[in-house]
Amino acid sequence: MNLSNAAVAQHAHWRAVCQVHDLVADSGVVVWLEGEQVALFYLPNQEQALYAVDNRDPRSGANIIGRGLIGSIGGELMVAAPLYKQHFSLHSGRCLEDPQQALRVWPVRMRGDAVELAML
Amino acid sequence: MKATASGEHLQRLVIVGNGMVGHHCVEQLVERGALARFEVRVFGEERQRAYDRVHLSEYFAGSDAETLALCPSDFYRGHGVHLHLGEAVVEIDRERCEVVTAEGRYGYDQLILATGSYPFVPPIEGSTGTARLVYRTLDDLDAIRTAAADARRGVVVGGGLLGLEAANALKSLGLEAHVVEFAPRLMPVQLDGEGGAALKAQIEALGVGVHLSRATQSISAGEAYRYRMNFDGGEFLETDLIVFSAGIRPQDALGRSCGLEIAPRGGVVIDNDCRTSDSQIFAIGECASWNGCVFGLVAPGYSMARNLAARLLGEASSPFTGADMSTKLKLLGVDVGSIGDAHGATPGSRSYRFIDEANAAYRRLVVDASGKHVLGAVLVGDNSYYDTLLQYCQNGIALPADPAALILPQGAGAPALGADALPDSATICSCHNVSKGAVCAAIDSGCADLAAVKSCTKAASGCGGCAALLKQVFEHELSARGVTVDKSLCEHFAYTRQELYSLVRVEGIRTFNELLERHGKGHVGCDICKPAVGSILASCWNQPIMDPALVPLQDTNDTFMANMQKNGTYSVVPRIPGGEITPDKLIVIGQVAKKYDLYTKITGGQRIDLFGAQLHELPLIWGELIEAGFETGHAYGKSTRTVKSCVGSTWCRYGVQDSVGMALRLEDRYKGLRSPHKLKFAVSGCTRECAEAQSKDIGVIATDKGWNLYVCGNGGMRPRHAELFATDLDDDALIRTIDRVLMFYIRTADKLQRTSVWRESLEGGLDYLKAVILDDSLQLGAELEAQMQHVVDQYECEWANALNDPEKLKRFRTFVNDRRADPDVHFVREREQRRPASALHLIPTVEEAV
Repeated sequence: MNLSNAAVAQHAHWRAVCQVHDLVADSGVVVWLEGEQVALFYLPNQEQALYAVDNRDPRSGANIIGRGLIGSIGGELMVAAPLYKQHFSLHSGRCLEDPQQALRVWPVRMRGDAVELAML
Repeated sequence: MKATASGEHLQRLVIVGNGMVGHHCVEQLVERGALARFEVRVFGEERQRAYDRVHLSEYFAGSDAETLALCPSDFYRGHGVHLHLGEAVVEIDRERCEVVTAEGRYGYDQLILATGSYPFVPPIEGSTGTARLVYRTLDDLDAIRTAAADARRGVVVGGGLLGLEAANALKSLGLEAHVVEFAPRLMPVQLDGEGGAALKAQIEALGVGVHLSRATQSISAGEAYRYRMNFDGGEFLETDLIVFSAGIRPQDALGRSCGLEIAPRGGVVIDNDCRTSDSQIFAIGECASWNGCVFGLVAPGYSMARNLAARLLGEASSPFTGADMSTKLKLLGVDVGSIGDAHGATPGSRSYRFIDEANAAYRRLVVDASGKHVLGAVLVGDNSYYDTLLQYCQNGIALPADPAALILPQGAGAPALGADALPDSATICSCHNVSKGAVCAAIDSGCADLAAVKSCTKAASGCGGCAALLKQVFEHELSARGVTVDKSLCEHFAYTRQELYSLVRVEGIRTFNELLERHGKGHVGCDICKPAVGSILASCWNQPIMDPALVPLQDTNDTFMANMQKNGTYSVVPRIPGGEITPDKLIVIGQVAKKYDLYTKITGGQRIDLFGAQLHELPLIWGELIEAGFETGHAYGKSTRTVKSCVGSTWCRYGVQDSVGMALRLEDRYKGLRSPHKLKFAVSGCTRECAEAQSKDIGVIATDKGWNLYVCGNGGMRPRHAELFATDLDDDALIRTIDRVLMFYIRTADKLQRTSVWRESLEGGLDYLKAVILDDSLQLGAELEAQMQHVVDQYECEWANALNDPEKLKRFRTFVNDRRADPDVHFVREREQRRPASALHLIPTVEEAV
């Protein structure tokens, strides 16, 4: 199982943000990282099990992405924003319905029991 | 004449009358582009624009003037047609080619009379006021309603089609209804003796009094009721109001007074082109007399309107050569059909008859001397034979060797006439003259669903009698073209919600992954199928929605068991069953709201909504609420919301039953029931209906004998009155009936389909639903009740369940690695409460709380 998303810079500064048992399978949680809010999605049955994107929904301005429903559309993993239901790719952060909207994608990995994010 | 921009002159076309036929004529003109050549002016005597008179009795069963209207309110203006409503034409000045109204004079180049008919009221001594009501217009219906307000019994004079409709109207107003007919049988025009007798038996079984061969001599003051009708021979009948429906007379007064030729039995004489004795004046519909006949049905009127519109535009049009008077009706809920030569008047004709006295059903098939072709038919009690017989009759299809099989009880191997057996010329919809060929052409031009075919061809949009046949033809043609209709839920499941429901139940599937593995594609699902399956699983098994396997299925509100608002905070709604609450509990709500600084508002469902809680505060708030004895209100779920009630007989001087007690019983039974969409209930303690039960999915109104049950109402964006489903039920029968209705809805509805939309999409409509639920026609009753009982037995407050499980509480953290609240949530004070600091976004929130 590949536990981290691929595009990780060589000299990324990894920070442990929580434990694996803080995650909720097939769903999302939110971590606080030095003023940033990051949504973590854990799909234990997928080849890539962990995904991290911004928690802020660009459309409503509310911090809610981590509470969205996960699904796949056309084979691509997506999170549906809870308020207006627009879909964001977990891989690229792009919005399916509106090219103007996008979420920042964070490098994320598991190290033992720790979940780590890379500060860019 | 007015000049157009291009310099051509517009002809002035005036249409007198805005009834169904007059309106259809305008539609036909618009469709043919007549507005480029004519300035069209329409006069209507009534205040309302054209409405559906065929379904007039629905006015007392939930419809209003607007839903009966035949077109949107801007139809006329949008097409540049001048519509003068409430402006009667009082005179036609043929010399100056002008029509005269109270408002002025309007010139015409061509004039169309579509003034319809008026009810015939026989001259009877003492027949005035509420002893002289008629049944024709919405104003007439308002007058009947007013008269019925303090009446117990109503009589309709006239046992024809309209008379029985009127009796139905009186019945739906809650009156004891009677029909008095001069002839020795009901519907003498359409039915023969045996048919009339079967209909009489059926109608009497519904509690409507039928009095045949009675001529009313006079009306005097009554003793037990307001009036006494004195019949010849000395008998009498007392009543509080009398509606006359003893036939119609052509409204030909305008034609008469301006000297047009009038038929001996009334009606403006027209030729095959609908032209009167004045070549500039035409007449269509019930005011016209063709070949000595006046046609009192809508289809011939439409046919005249269509032919005339084509003719005025110089198109080739077939002349009007009479009309088929076949009709298929449901009168007082009883099927009645009459086709062609129903009386067997054709020389040499022979009849087959089927009489079922046990069920008061009757069928007669009239064939020609050769025994090869159908001439006519009479049906009472079951119209399922009608479409096939009509096609045989209209299209001259050769009869099978044993014609009697066509009217024998089905299931005995009766040869059904499939859609493929119909020739292209076969008429599917006689109101709009739509042939099978036209339906096929519509499909070929891209109509992919039934609604598109209907709007393209207008088929089934007149009387609606051909809807089932149209669907059959449509489906047959689609499959003949190799088209399969995609009804997939989403890309992961090639099934409808109803099919998935069956799979879950039959195979005992308990989790989403199990269903996906066995019947779906991929490993993840999406935000369409996950909540839909989550709802199905909950409806079937009612496991706590916070179970680990179920959590990822829920939409966010169900996941956190609260309603997300625009700034990402939640609102909390504790259940307040029936809207009844003790002062102590009210104080607890106040204390909790104050402690967590929650914006507090009373909802429309008689409970209290507390806004502005952050995720991590939800368990704290619920801990205090549950401690005080509250349960979750499921305001976040597609599930039972509230049972609204009035105080009922315990306090109210008008109440006849304990509506709060019943509301508590219903809310306690159905709380936590998950369904395709939210469910709202109400219970009113008397007919004054203070709980507004008729706007709810399930509405209950007390009677002095028990409870009347209304189903499938709705408020919101597209309001719909609930329909009366069963009357005078006792407590247990009420619960049993609701159990069945709700479970049948859960079983058969589409995803996110409210009961109102579900009910409208049910093939066979309310009668079908009644057959399934009340008559147990599918023998599902016991199963539906057992399934409901299972859900009820499994009930557990899901907030109480979550609070007892530290694993489940893990989710209720704004940040899993930090105890702070979301620093981006800001509030300001307004009217002494807090609210979100600024409009984060202009679009309103998506989820209403109650």
